[in-house]
Amino acid sequence: MTAAIETAGLIKRYGRRIALSDCTLSIPAGKVVGLVGPNGAGKTTLLHLAIGLIAPSAGGITVLGRSPAERPDQLGRVGFVAQNTPLYAGMSVVDHLHFGAWINPRWDQTLAEQRIGQLGLNPRQKAGTLSGGQRAQLALTLAIAKRPELLILDEPVASLDPLARREFLQGLMAIVADHGVSVVLSSHLVADLERVCDYLVVLVASRVQVAGEIEELLAIHHRLSGPRRDSFRPPADWEVIEQSDVERQSTLVVRHKGPVLDPAWMVEELNLEELVLSYMGRAVGNGSTSLKLAGVQR
Amino acid sequence: MIEFHLDSRSGVSPYQQIVRQVRHALRLGLLREGDQLPTVKEVVERLAINPNTVLKAYKELEHAGLVAPRPGLGTFVTVTLSDGSLAAHRPLRQELLRWLVKARRAGLDDESIEALFQDTFRASLDQDIA
Amino acid sequence: MIRLAWRQFRSEAIIGVAALIVVAVVLAITGPHLMSVYRMAPDQVTSTYHTLQVAVVALLVIVPAIIGIFFGAPLVARELETGTFRLVWTQSVTRLRWLTIKLAVVGFSSALLAGGFSLIAAWWANPINIVNQNRFSSATFGILGIVPFGYALFAVTLGATVGLIFRRTLPAMATTLVGYVATRYAVTYWVRPHFQAPLRMSARLSTASGFSFINTPTGLSMTASPPPIPNAWPLSASIVDKAGHTPTSSYLQHACPALTTGPGAGRVAGGPHTTPVIQGSMQTCIANVSAKFHEVVSYQPANRYWPFQIYETALFVVLALALAGLSMWCVRRRVT
Repeated sequence: MTAAIETAGLIKRYGRRIALSDCTLSIPAGKVVGLVGPNGAGKTTLLHLAIGLIAPSAGGITVLGRSPAERPDQLGRVGFVAQNTPLYAGMSVVDHLHFGAWINPRWDQTLAEQRIGQLGLNPRQKAGTLSGGQRAQLALTLAIAKRPELLILDEPVASLDPLARREFLQGLMAIVADHGVSVVLSSHLVADLERVCDYLVVLVASRVQVAGEIEELLAIHHRLSGPRRDSFRPPADWEVIEQSDVERQSTLVVRHKGPVLDPAWMVEELNLEELVLSYMGRAVGNGSTSLKLAGVQR
Repeated sequence: MIEFHLDSRSGVSPYQQIVRQVRHALRLGLLREGDQLPTVKEVVERLAINPNTVLKAYKELEHAGLVAPRPGLGTFVTVTLSDGSLAAHRPLRQELLRWLVKARRAGLDDESIEALFQDTFRASLDQDIA
Repeated sequence: MIRLAWRQFRSEAIIGVAALIVVAVVLAITGPHLMSVYRMAPDQVTSTYHTLQVAVVALLVIVPAIIGIFFGAPLVARELETGTFRLVWTQSVTRLRWLTIKLAVVGFSSALLAGGFSLIAAWWANPINIVNQNRFSSATFGILGIVPFGYALFAVTLGATVGLIFRRTLPAMATTLVGYVATRYAVTYWVRPHFQAPLRMSARLSTASGFSFINTPTGLSMTASPPPIPNAWPLSASIVDKAGHTPTSSYLQHACPALTTGPGAGRVAGGPHTTPVIQGSMQTCIANVSAKFHEVVSYQPANRYWPFQIYETALFVVLALALAGLSMWCVRRRVT
């Protein structure tokens, strides 16, 4: 099956600032992909490269098997909701539906109207007076009514209250259940993504830290706690993501495919948030140039 | 029709929670042969979870022989797990409720009640074995 | 896409048409009276509705600029400023097509609107133009005829291009105004006179032209501003003798002592509105000077009015197309 998004050595520079460095990913289709990372990590840059709003400085990217270059048919296969859900403040809800119909050859007006009705939006209300949650829902409606194969959502729930957030994700999951679209959504909050995503990409300081199916990632990462042994060297097939030592105890987050047989360690599973935090911690520790920890040697 | 709920803090994965809830419902007689499980869309719309999670749970239940999909119609229960013991459920439930009231009056909190129950239950199993 | 461009342009278009209707009503009410004044007492025409005349001229001068600022500058800049470009450029239309259609819809509508103002004003001011016979002059050439179409097209594409480059509406508006004014000025005074080589005619010196004496480093010299020529465009005039020489400083002092020496010496402007004393001295001076000298006037004849209208409109249309091309090149650069 064609990958939803495939990148090879993708780099994006703005002047001297590197927004995305050496990004190589193969995101499968048919999944709900969570793109997680702190603000400024490069998530929006990656998504804008995927939708064709910006062009790479180096390296390549293909979306649904083709370059995201500007061609009407390629644009029609990918639905996009940008950060802060841009809409035309002076145009009403139904005007926006017309906008979609006039500008997209493949447009499902019935689906759009149904969704607007279900959401309880007033068709005549100007988009500028809608609440944050309603704007997000309208933007999602516009994105899905053109029947894309892939939906790209840039921090769609970041500024929404918990109820609006829940309603948005409910609607999004219903869309996935109905239409089988692939979804890539970015967030700087992991809790949103845990129920909804089945594939994860962690982006910190312009680099991909880890990427994979969530189930598999959770199965191969473990938290090990045990007595502190200064002479301890981890086996070659363990990848230590994070290590913290206190007086008499060491705790490690380790990536390892098989079982951990050393009886000295107590093995626990991680949840998604803990996993992401360990990778973010590692990225900071590895000397990302934009982050300095006061008083800590790198 | 059963309605699922998710406890995000229970440490049990969502798909397992769904499987368990279906099994429980079957045991309690809330689900019988021929009943329809909620559609994938209905479940994800209520719980905001990935549809694949629901599909996985339904697949596992299908493997266990408890449910079967009928193309175009939905997923339906194929067995009735509760037996005649259903009749005994009601008075047992009432007795349990009375016991719970007593336990609370005695000052036990939720965790103590659960611990007491687990402990007694295990002890009774040992007794049975012995 | 065309329907979308119209929908987005709707409120501006309504305001523009409303303004046009208001102006049309005012002119329709006053027009017949102006016409009757012309028929009965033509010399009264220039003073009838004088304030309104000034207002109409001012309006016609600024209409293309207003169009450029308010229709052109926000065309792209507003979408870039509010972020809606991330919505519209990710639908199923390419940026190039989006921009082309928006420019075409707004550009042509604006041209029609500007043309509408100019047509109505031309109908109303017809008596005035017949009396004044100055339609070719720098002040009135740009507000009648077909040039307003060209100006409007240019102003809109200038605004859109500047808005695309600056990405902010307000700076774009300011720059569009400056750019439009500068271009119009440059074309009116440096390009239009040279569309075709001007003709020359010789005339006797008369008080109809304005004269003045200037103290240059090489001495005194006499300059003339060209006399009015009905419906033509006088450009410049010079005073020369049969051999083409200008009067020398000493000659002038000899021929016009009253004006070149004594308390009134220095810059003395002649012309029809000076005092009787100076007028008398002027007439003596002219009588003396015209013994040897005559005036050579460089001008564009009346029959070149429409060709010049066409040249200038074409020039501005070409400028508009060039700007449109530039903006199309700019919009495709996928930088941010």
